[in-house]
Amino acid sequence: MRTFTYVRPDDVASAVEAVAADAEARFVAGGSNLVDHLKLGVARPGTLVDVTRLGLDAIEPHEGGLRVGANVRNSDLAAHPVVRQRYPAVARALLAGASGQIRHQATTAGNLLQRTRCVYFQDVTTPCHKREPGSGCSAIEGYGRYNAILGASGSCVAVHPSDLAVALTAVDAVVVVQGPGGERRVPMTELHRLPGDRPQDDTVLEHGDLVTAVELPDSPVAGLSTYYKARDRASYAFALVSVAAAVDLDGDTVRDLRVVWGGVAHRPWRATTLEDRLRGQRLTEETIAAAADAELADAVTGADNAYKPAMVRGATVHALTGLARRAGAATTEGIDA
Amino acid sequence: MTTQTGTSPQDTGHHLTLTVDGRAHEVEVDVRSTLLDTLRERLGVTTVKKGCDHGQCGSCTVLLDGRRHLTCLSLAVQHDGAELTTADGLAATEGGGEGDLHPVQQAFLDRDAYQCGYCTPGQVCSAVGALDELKQGHPSHVTDDLEAEVDLDDDHLDDELRERMSGNLCRCGAYVNILAAIKDAAGVATDGPTTTEEAAR
Repeated sequence: MRTFTYVRPDDVASAVEAVAADAEARFVAGGSNLVDHLKLGVARPGTLVDVTRLGLDAIEPHEGGLRVGANVRNSDLAAHPVVRQRYPAVARALLAGASGQIRHQATTAGNLLQRTRCVYFQDVTTPCHKREPGSGCSAIEGYGRYNAILGASGSCVAVHPSDLAVALTAVDAVVVVQGPGGERRVPMTELHRLPGDRPQDDTVLEHGDLVTAVELPDSPVAGLSTYYKARDRASYAFALVSVAAAVDLDGDTVRDLRVVWGGVAHRPWRATTLEDRLRGQRLTEETIAAAADAELADAVTGADNAYKPAMVRGATVHALTGLARRAGAATTEGIDA
Repeated sequence: MTTQTGTSPQDTGHHLTLTVDGRAHEVEVDVRSTLLDTLRERLGVTTVKKGCDHGQCGSCTVLLDGRRHLTCLSLAVQHDGAELTTADGLAATEGGGEGDLHPVQQAFLDRDAYQCGYCTPGQVCSAVGALDELKQGHPSHVTDDLEAEVDLDDDHLDDELRERMSGNLCRCGAYVNILAAIKDAAGVATDGPTTTEEAAR
């Protein structure tokens, strides 16, 4: 491990300044992802700026919703009564992620900013454009089981690993960012980017930008929401595919909805084509599957990840019919969701 | 309380205070040291085990300020002033008299909830943390109703405990008896003592 300078500022402005002034500086919070990357040589910062003692630890009522401090632990957010009641997709996504130990360690902002688990990104002996721009992509023609099927580029086929990011996108959450030039607010739909020719940039954040909070708005869809995750084992595994679904029903028909997919792209994939098709419709296996197929029209698969379209379609049917049933709406008979 | 000061050649300037199992330590660490390596290599606290060293196995689990925590994924410098409890310190924290095991430790003995024993200190700390989370009413991935109390009837409790213990691997595969032990410790009756033959099926 390369050695580094460790600093622990007491306020947000000092933390932002410390990173902004030093191209080799990085923020560290819980460290569950970054400390592993230090060991693996994936990350080699010259300075670590500890942001765990900046007072960003509160979950507070905010404009009819909640404001969640960046340093709130995943376990505390999942256990919060208002999150469980009004944003169940967020609680479900947190509880589907990592292990009991890591949920105590990992923070809200750190979860959103964790790096891909693409096996080549984490293996410094292999080329990877995301880790070392210009070096090549080992995943495109290599082990491709986890590769993206939507929005990938010739330089990167990695997927974003966060469950929480998928659920926060479905409840219209907004990230509060403090940068060298001041504070700004970034909707979750705009935080993460597609790889294009800059796969090294996971998000739109600039060097020195610090996420200080995540705001959960008073959303008409969030109350009837869920998160469904398909993975290789029953617990403690990253998603093969996942679905965050949130619905506002008018009787049996959809007034509004959000459907966001995880495990399929470089960012949480808001399924806007699917949503457009389902507004005003009943939620049946047929309508949902047809809408999912429309969303998947541009999906690109290889031999190793050809299972993903069918899996994400099935997961979406499962999630949405389950919500409809919970709301007492008529749905297709015989689907065990 | 006694205070220990690290004096080995690795001393490179980061001065920390760590309280481990009720005992305060002063130690100088290299900035790159994990909490795990600091405990084992500098403070001689070998109760805490290094398995994968990448957060995948749970062998290095301790209670950090009362919550279960992986010491391998933690930089020691980030935890100056922390209070840690390892499996070794659990006996003293509950009950009273010297030699009294924590109920989770006693249940692991009674149920033969290990084979080689390497993962056991981490399993025990994780179980103590998991039962505390259950007591506080925290839901898990397998909890059906996020707003109701966690269902602790027999079948559900098995699923709840399996899910909540998924961060601790046992390569000997003692899971059947680990589950029985944690249920015992949770104060829930199970179907009599598990024999080795039963567990092997």
